[in-house]
Amino acid sequence: MAIVGTAPPTTPPTDAARRPRPGRAAAGPGTTLIIGCGALAREILDLLDRPGAADDACGPAPVRLVCLPAKLHNRPERLPDALDRAIRAGRAAGHDRILVAYADCGTGGGIDRVCTAHGVERLPGPHCYATFATRPAFDALMDEEPGSFFLTDYLVRHFDTLIVKGLQLDRHPALLGLFFGNYRRVVYLAQSDDADLRARAAAAAARLGLVLEVRATGMGELAGFVARAAAPAADPAPAVMAAE
Amino acid sequence: MADQDSDLDLRTLADDELVEQMWDDLYDGLADEVVEGTRILLERGWQPYDVLTRALVEGMRVVGVDFRDGILFVPEVLLAANSMKAGMNVLRPLLAETNAPKLGKMVIGTVKGDIHDIGKNLVSMMMEGAGFEVVDIGINNPVETYLEALEEHQPDILGMSALLTTTMPYMKTVIDTLTEKGLRERYIVMVGGAPLNEEFGREIGADAYCRDAAVAVETAKALMLRRHNQMPVAAAAVG
Repeated sequence: MAIVGTAPPTTPPTDAARRPRPGRAAAGPGTTLIIGCGALAREILDLLDRPGAADDACGPAPVRLVCLPAKLHNRPERLPDALDRAIRAGRAAGHDRILVAYADCGTGGGIDRVCTAHGVERLPGPHCYATFATRPAFDALMDEEPGSFFLTDYLVRHFDTLIVKGLQLDRHPALLGLFFGNYRRVVYLAQSDDADLRARAAAAAARLGLVLEVRATGMGELAGFVARAAAPAADPAPAVMAAE
Repeated sequence: MADQDSDLDLRTLADDELVEQMWDDLYDGLADEVVEGTRILLERGWQPYDVLTRALVEGMRVVGVDFRDGILFVPEVLLAANSMKAGMNVLRPLLAETNAPKLGKMVIGTVKGDIHDIGKNLVSMMMEGAGFEVVDIGINNPVETYLEALEEHQPDILGMSALLTTTMPYMKTVIDTLTEKGLRERYIVMVGGAPLNEEFGREIGADAYCRDAAVAVETAKALMLRRHNQMPVAAAAVG
């Protein structure tokens, strides 16, 4: 399991004014645990790092972030079990408040079943594209063109690894048509305003032989989700424990 | 495997060895080698149906098992499927000439709003390999297109595919429309796609959810058999 930000700081901050790194709160009661997809790690940490969010020196609800490998998306049927193990580990580490930064992610309700069993909240919606775009906007994009292939900042950064090499397009060019023959455009849902990423998105679209459209979505529904994680729960323990 | 065997002359192999080599070539996605093996077996007097089932379908069955077990991933499966398709292109006209057994007819398509067809194409190919006549109506199909295809081709089975959680509910729209028109009982309805499960299949009124192409073939065979067994009873009931 690839862990992002799970280890507590090896030495506690000696300077009281210095903010700890986001998502690295120590395990245990009083710390909210977010179990998320590796593809969202950067964005969640970014949101946690914003003034007023968790782990702020003044923040009342420290947050610890554990991420599962983004490549699990290649085998979505394995996601629920991996998530179940991570939630159990979080419980064993003493977290009474856990949130799951996964949408349904192609598991056909599998993630919902795990979340229901443990009484934890997950990201709403079918996948992170809808999370970033927000669902009505995403539905409109799909109605407009069902053959839309979506990129996020994460996918733009890792396009070569995940798409070109991951789908073996570099070794077998014939696969390009088999995988992408029905697509008509690439829609880059941009979380950040980054000229380099936009250029790389354009190169990715060209690699796939598709036109590029850029939609500046920002963090979309992820922002509210992380804000809820960082907010002190009114009475989290009974709700969570009762469901188990 | 492919590198070691790149100089292998397939014609030097005995039939059993050649068939095993074709399984390996299918597994490795070597379309040219699969076509060559197919032609050699035909030249040796094999019936097209035997080449199809013993060499191609059996090779693809192994690919399906290893995909299910996580040994192979989608790119490898697609390459293997492409190789099988190349072999089937050689066999298809011969199969038509030799009246190879037909188990039934299927109309299959991806639902409206969805352009994903990798799974559907695999099911089409494996169903054809198993002896079904398959009419593939492609992607992004509204209910009207399904109805037209059913009317035109009069199949035994309707297959629907969806990859998106946002498009899979459309399968219920199609089934409900069939029911409204009094057509539902004419067809076996099978559904599949990554986000689906058995519960969803039951909820929308399908006859079966199939998690992969191999399961689709076995399910289709079983449901066709059940259908044939029910026919005399139904005939007696109305007679």
